[in-house]
Amino acid sequence: MGILMMVQFFIPHPLSTRLYRAVLDSMIIIGVFMLVFAWRSLAYFHINRIRRRTEHWWYSYLTFTGWIVTAALGIGLGIGAGTPHQLIFNHILIPLQATMFSLLAFYIASAAFRAFKARNLEAGLLLVAAVVVMLGRVPIGQMIYSRLPEVVEWIMMYPNMAAQRGILLGVGLGMISTALKIIMGIERGYLGGGD
Amino acid sequence: MGFWSKFLKLDRRWVFLMIGLSVLIPLVARISMPTAVTPPVQNLFDAVDAIEPDGKPLMLAFDFAPDTEPELMPMATAILRHCFAKGIKVILYGGLYPQGAGMAQLALEEVTAEYDAESGIDYVFLGYVPGAGAVVLSMGEDIKGTFGRDYYGVRLDSLPMLNGVRNYDDIPLVVDISGSSVPILWVLYAGARYGQEVGVGTTAVSAAQYYPFLQTGQFAGMLGGLKGAAEYEKLNEDAGVRQIRKRASIGMGSQSIAHILMIALIVLGNIGYFVTVRKGRNA
Repeated sequence: MGILMMVQFFIPHPLSTRLYRAVLDSMIIIGVFMLVFAWRSLAYFHINRIRRRTEHWWYSYLTFTGWIVTAALGIGLGIGAGTPHQLIFNHILIPLQATMFSLLAFYIASAAFRAFKARNLEAGLLLVAAVVVMLGRVPIGQMIYSRLPEVVEWIMMYPNMAAQRGILLGVGLGMISTALKIIMGIERGYLGGGD
Repeated sequence: MGFWSKFLKLDRRWVFLMIGLSVLIPLVARISMPTAVTPPVQNLFDAVDAIEPDGKPLMLAFDFAPDTEPELMPMATAILRHCFAKGIKVILYGGLYPQGAGMAQLALEEVTAEYDAESGIDYVFLGYVPGAGAVVLSMGEDIKGTFGRDYYGVRLDSLPMLNGVRNYDDIPLVVDISGSSVPILWVLYAGARYGQEVGVGTTAVSAAQYYPFLQTGQFAGMLGGLKGAAEYEKLNEDAGVRQIRKRASIGMGSQSIAHILMIALIVLGNIGYFVTVRKGRNA
């Protein structure tokens, strides 16, 4: 299939186009069925927790409650503005997830204060670059020095980009070699079993 | 124990308190600060602005979940306001995450009332379809065939806005709002394969990884973090776009003070570190 899709890309014939569309449709259908597997896996995990009475097992009941109530309201009363499904999303899920993510700011501040030390030249350079970028990424930096946003853009557009591009090229070459190994049958780990 | 040794052992709850106050006080006191527009934001604004009113639609993809909502939602609402004010049609795509559709709905609730925008005429809302990269590729062939119906269950064939819209050939620009690496999927599948112009809005922490794509022109422009959204709001304001609430601009005061506080803590932490190391050597 991998070789077929590679060949198809270079042959714009109606037959190859039809094949391409059929493959895309199949991938979307497989994606839908993956959701069924995900539901099964989630249910299996939490039923086991409840059966075995592992630590904090009763939180699994909360998972089931949230899951079933949200799905039932969405299926029964519909989705969209003003529906109970959207109200749950707006007033429960968003505040919970936003709060969890916001906690990062507090922990990052504490960790940076304790761990971000200029112990050697490389760490010192990183520290200076971080301070300049942090300052240049907020309006107060521009008030301190009007050309600071330009300095930050230069750091991002040259030293940062050079490093990012190197990483991207490495990742890209790795992906190509892994894909070729799978297509040629050299790498068969995805089929399961041992090496 | 000297001052610096004590300072380095400062209880982290004091740090938490300082960070909390540095965010809260500027928000309550409504401290506003001038925002300079950077080239990536100006480029994205220009790309959106170049779309013909009442012509081909812009696609706005919501590839983010509620965790990054405070940073990314102001970008989505600023772009939506720009489009609706200028009469640009918009296809809102709930994105490659299941939660993206909820975020798009939230953005619509905030903006459509301000502009009396109507579903099927001014905008079309496409929901979640599993498949990630396959969905991006499939839209390059046939958007209506990929989704069938909009988020509210209405057949896409029956929506007047989508008359004459078949695939990426009929979409001048896709703007992907995401806090993850999903925008790269858009560049690889929509950009490279179908020649689709793509713009990106992303969190400040993710922005660094997209500069290689900006430099090559694979991204038409980029909004990076809350500051990027504030810059877009400023461009909207300069262009005369009505904005009832400028969420990102309001947040700039908090972000400035919090960054200054963090820099101060890092600098003082380093001074304390070197002072205590020197004392240790001399002892």
